[in-house]
Amino acid sequence: MAKFKGATVVDTNRCKGCNLCVVACPLHVLALTTKNVNAKGYPYAQTVLEDTCNGCSSCAIVCPDGCISVYRKKVE
Amino acid sequence: MTREEIIQPENLVYKKPTLLNDEPMHYCPGCSHGVVHKLVAEVIEEMGMEEKTIGVSPVGCAVFAYKYIDIDWQEAAHGRAPAVATALKRLMPDRLVFTYQGDGDMACIGTGETIHALNRGENIVIIFINNAIYGMTGGQMAPTTLIGQKTATCPYGRDVKLHGYPLKMTEIAATLAGTCYVTRQTVYSVGAINKAKKAIKKAFQLSMEGKGSSLVEIVSTCNSGWKLTPEKANQWMEENMFPFYPLGDLKDNSTKE
Ligand SMILES: Cc1ncc(C[n+]2csc(CCOP(=O)(O)OP(=O)(O)O)c2C)c(N)n1
Ligand code: SF4
Repeated sequence: MAKFKGATVVDTNRCKGCNLCVVACPLHVLALTTKNVNAKGYPYAQTVLEDTCNGCSSCAIVCPDGCISVYRKKVE
Repeated sequence: MTREEIIQPENLVYKKPTLLNDEPMHYCPGCSHGVVHKLVAEVIEEMGMEEKTIGVSPVGCAVFAYKYIDIDWQEAAHGRAPAVATALKRLMPDRLVFTYQGDGDMACIGTGETIHALNRGENIVIIFINNAIYGMTGGQMAPTTLIGQKTATCPYGRDVKLHGYPLKMTEIAATLAGTCYVTRQTVYSVGAINKAKKAIKKAFQLSMEGKGSSLVEIVSTCNSGWKLTPEKANQWMEENMFPFYPLGDLKDNSTKE
């Protein structure tokens, strides 16, 4: 069991769908949209495995556009 | 624990630096430039130098760097950033002055300015984005293009007989008496990004301590110019760029008096 629970918030309109966050996440929490695009026409990153994230921030650190904020809370 | 319980201000562990404003960056999806912009902004914030930093932006894809990081900027003519930075730093020694240049800008048209500024030991930092190609103009061969690498102007691959050898500006910089810190980093993984950030911070600090010039090369991707996906570009960089442009510090005088 993870000691931390995490959550990511993606600025979907800033996202360009480069997919680097998806590859960087060791727990495969993120994926690009397959049906929707943002205002600029890009597919964007979204959380697909909500419960799995531990807030390690790998996705946000590699994001070239600074689109991802990460929250992390200790499990009591 | 619900998502709402986790997403609370006190649990925030990562967000883009405040200095990096909300203007959407024009860089191609996945381009290394964005990551380096974030690191520069983070370091300036950590040093508390928001009001005292002057960046010199180049000609190349980073020409608009001044639109994204909310510090003072001066745009330089192609390759002339180290000369402009020299003047800024000499006139305002209390400012943190750095240039941000691509390989076409810094290692081709600006080779002269670069070598002389470094050799004079100006207290400036050059951040050198080496993506082995001219990104902005459509992926032409640069002095840094690898042997055999295909570009728009060497479609059969760089041929030594025709185009000469790739230029290692960072190795040259390390031999110059004026430089205090010369390093080669990359930003393709979490570990590498953390190291690159430390290198940028060290270079910025040394320039403020008046120890001389620093050069921080970032081996970067230009996935558009290389005609690869961002992910494949990272793999290509690892397989082809790192053997020729090995990562690590080439010179570190930071502990010398
Ligand atoms: C005096 C002058 N010569 C040529 C150009 C055309 N030009 C614009 S950007 C560029 C090279 C950019 O390549 P690089 O510095 O590697 O940066 P990148 O775009 O790859 O980030 C060139 C040759 C110019 N703008 N001005
Ligand atoms: S052309 Fe290359 S260097 Fe320029 S923004 Fe696109 S990926 Fe980056």
